[in-house]
Amino acid sequence: MKLIYEISSKGRGGVRIPEDRISERDIISKNLLRAAPAELPEVSESEVVRHYTKLSRRNYSVDTHFYPLGSCTMKHNPRACEAAASLPELCETHPLWPQLRHGGLLTQGSLQILYSLERMLSEITGLAEFTLQPMAGSHGELTAVMMMAAYHRDRGNKKTHIIIPDSAHGTNPASAALGGYGVVTIPSDASGDMDIDKFKAALNDETAGVMLTLPSTLGVFNPKVKEIIKAVHAVDGLMYYDGANFNAIMGRIKPGDLGFDLCHLNLHKSFSTPHGGGGPGTGPVGVCEKLRPYLPISRVAKTKDGTYTLDYDFPKSIGYIAPFYGNFAILVRAYAYLLMLGRDGLRATSDRAVLNANYVQEKLRPYFAAVTKGRCMHECVFSGKTLGEGVHTLDLAKALLDRGYHAPTIYFPLNVPEAIMIEPTETETRETLDAFCKDMIEIFELSKTDPDAVHAAPVTTPVGRLDEVAAAKNMELVYI
Amino acid sequence: MSVSPFACTSPDDEKAMLASIGAKTFDDLFAHIPAEFQSDEFNLPEGLSEMEMMQQIRAIARKNSSDLTNFCGAGFYDHFIPAAVNSLTSRGEFFTAYTPYQPEAAQGTLQAMFEYQTAMTRLTGMEVSNASLYDGGTALFEGMMMALRISKRNRVLVDEGVSPIYRTMLRSYTRNLKIEYREVPMGEGIADRAAFAKQLDNTVGAVLLQNPNFFGCLDDLTDVIALAHSAGAIAVVSAYPISLGIVKTPGEMDADIVTGDGQSLGLPLSFGGPYLGFLTAKKKYVRNIPGRIVGATTDGQGRRGYVLTLQAREQHIRREKAASNICTNMQLCALRSVIYLSLLGKQGFADVARQCMDRAGYAWARLKAIKGVEPLYDRPFFNEFALKLPKDAGEVVSDLISEGIAAGFPAGRYYTGMENVLLCAFTEKRTKKEIDILAAKLESVL
Repeated sequence: MKLIYEISSKGRGGVRIPEDRISERDIISKNLLRAAPAELPEVSESEVVRHYTKLSRRNYSVDTHFYPLGSCTMKHNPRACEAAASLPELCETHPLWPQLRHGGLLTQGSLQILYSLERMLSEITGLAEFTLQPMAGSHGELTAVMMMAAYHRDRGNKKTHIIIPDSAHGTNPASAALGGYGVVTIPSDASGDMDIDKFKAALNDETAGVMLTLPSTLGVFNPKVKEIIKAVHAVDGLMYYDGANFNAIMGRIKPGDLGFDLCHLNLHKSFSTPHGGGGPGTGPVGVCEKLRPYLPISRVAKTKDGTYTLDYDFPKSIGYIAPFYGNFAILVRAYAYLLMLGRDGLRATSDRAVLNANYVQEKLRPYFAAVTKGRCMHECVFSGKTLGEGVHTLDLAKALLDRGYHAPTIYFPLNVPEAIMIEPTETETRETLDAFCKDMIEIFELSKTDPDAVHAAPVTTPVGRLDEVAAAKNMELVYI
Repeated sequence: MSVSPFACTSPDDEKAMLASIGAKTFDDLFAHIPAEFQSDEFNLPEGLSEMEMMQQIRAIARKNSSDLTNFCGAGFYDHFIPAAVNSLTSRGEFFTAYTPYQPEAAQGTLQAMFEYQTAMTRLTGMEVSNASLYDGGTALFEGMMMALRISKRNRVLVDEGVSPIYRTMLRSYTRNLKIEYREVPMGEGIADRAAFAKQLDNTVGAVLLQNPNFFGCLDDLTDVIALAHSAGAIAVVSAYPISLGIVKTPGEMDADIVTGDGQSLGLPLSFGGPYLGFLTAKKKYVRNIPGRIVGATTDGQGRRGYVLTLQAREQHIRREKAASNICTNMQLCALRSVIYLSLLGKQGFADVARQCMDRAGYAWARLKAIKGVEPLYDRPFFNEFALKLPKDAGEVVSDLISEGIAAGFPAGRYYTGMENVLLCAFTEKRTKKEIDILAAKLESVL
């Protein structure tokens, strides 16, 4: 398909801008102006609409396809949440207004939403207070690591590293490093949990904290979590709960009650805000009582007269990590979602996410090597090494595209060879799950009888398998 | 009926599915987790129907003021957004997809990102772009980190004309890293050449500048960038994309890295986000760029397609040695901006920039004519400028809010000694009449 630049035609124009002039301004000297206008496309509005509509149809999406991408929680995005976030009073508010004197009165609605959502997330996680500022999950991780550093600095602790299991998302070690810490990686044991003996051997007085994903990226709930937390607290380390998999335990387990000191939640996963083709996400961070002083500023507060205001006077705060209050329009969606779910809906949601994953796990267990013998949580992980000779998980993924499914997450977690990570979510029907499993099994059989057919996939997508090596070598990164 | 409003299984389905996996109740699914880990106490309200939820949120939203005439900018601007931007980005195929891990199933997103990267390089006068970062502040931080990786040095010089909102973020982020961060006081409204010349030596790895700067002043930074280069430092320029419809590009000034916030390119103000961080650079630095990059390639039949490329820089491969920790970025916001730029096109985009300058030019003449009001700096500006008032600017703004006008941003909030300084911004949306009212009301409260 042509690029928007390739359908451009000199002199054609899209949306008209008023041409009136109200000043006699002798603009500015030449050395401050660009030599020639930016070479943007010259296209009519109808061409733009058709071009991007056509492009949209070259995507798989939750709206059009089952999208069991493990660890990403690709659930349905309720349209009421979109409607709530689109209210003009919420969209057209300048973020600096509440920083003007008496300006807070102009944005009471927005501040109330932030305050209420913070309180709800605290209740759901059992943590004392939340910041909604982090703009994605990994940004939340970094914010949390910065708070860990501030806590240890304040206590006079000499801490050098953070402990992270090898099954963690790559963002964990990357965030720890960006927060100034070294990383100690602990291998997983046979059941997929962090090896407890190796963990204890690595833990010492210089351990700033541990970042744990629970349930783990293998979809398994670590039964030794309290033992780990106790050991970490014994060296004045901090326990960080990576909420990537929170959709498994909402309304049943509060990370704060387990003893976690900090946690981030991905609102674009568990709380159903759209993934947007890769963002915007949002990664609020909750902290326990003793870490409250380190939260980023500004903080939303409710005054005695019931109005909402912004507080800045927290001398131990890590400071500003975002220009304002986070991805507000995304936070509104999550708030709307939580209002509709309510207390019972929260638990019912996770219950069904876990049911759907276990249902798929048991249907596929006879064919693929499941990493767990028992129950999984909200996702199930298999190894594709039982596929026919020479057929890999990548081939299975491409064959699924031909059958109208987005592929599961593949080759992650890194400690499972040929990993296939399936997260169905609660917003899929039994019929969809049955059909998906049937297709998975058919591809499995085909890999034994006609491996070439699996290797040839995909054939129904707009393009076939793309040459990624050539892309990296040629580095054609813009249209010239 | 299911109490999970969006789950798709009926009670009969659930019974059968539970039975098929050897469970009787939902509780059985969690039986392997010790009971003392579980909680029954969730102090949350009962779930609402869609109708009730919308009523509740509407009532809350109405507590916001919605009819204010806005002259407050300070880096975040109230520009016109063509209707097709919303209409196209609301397509579920775009907004309910995720990161293009399976390129064959994500050519829509990938090609749009390739088009976005192209647009951003053309706006900024650079050669390569990533597929987005969170916002202008984190983008500047990433640009700084990138500059330090390239130069293999650890000292940073930041012009005080760089947005104080961004500088407060930089100070937070650099606190735990072995980086020596120093801010260089401004000269008369622009970067102080002599101060930079004095402080630049072969230990400085990054020089951070902004154009137009926080006070709206325009500058040709070519000489400052040359100074940085002669010391072996990398020059990072934060830019306001709408200004690039007309203003000299950082590329033309020989900047190495350009960052900024794309909010002005078709994103609503939305009380602070989501916005769009962008980062463009010279091609020779491409392997140091943080975040996702889309590249063109072909399939087995020679058909052109797009993939995420040069991924060896990223956290899912390099983990603690990655160029950045970023994973999810601002894809949908980047899509909005490339659609916005396409709708306006070459001519329209330059027209928007000229309209902004025109409105600001009129306001400049009107406002500085008010008795007791004088420009803080008598320098060329794009669409924003600072005025010195005869009284506290915060007080003036407060007085005018009750008149339905957000008159500007009081610079004293971030700069000591500037308590009387008001920063006023003008976009293509502001009319002559609105500016006349601003002038009249301002005069009446001074």
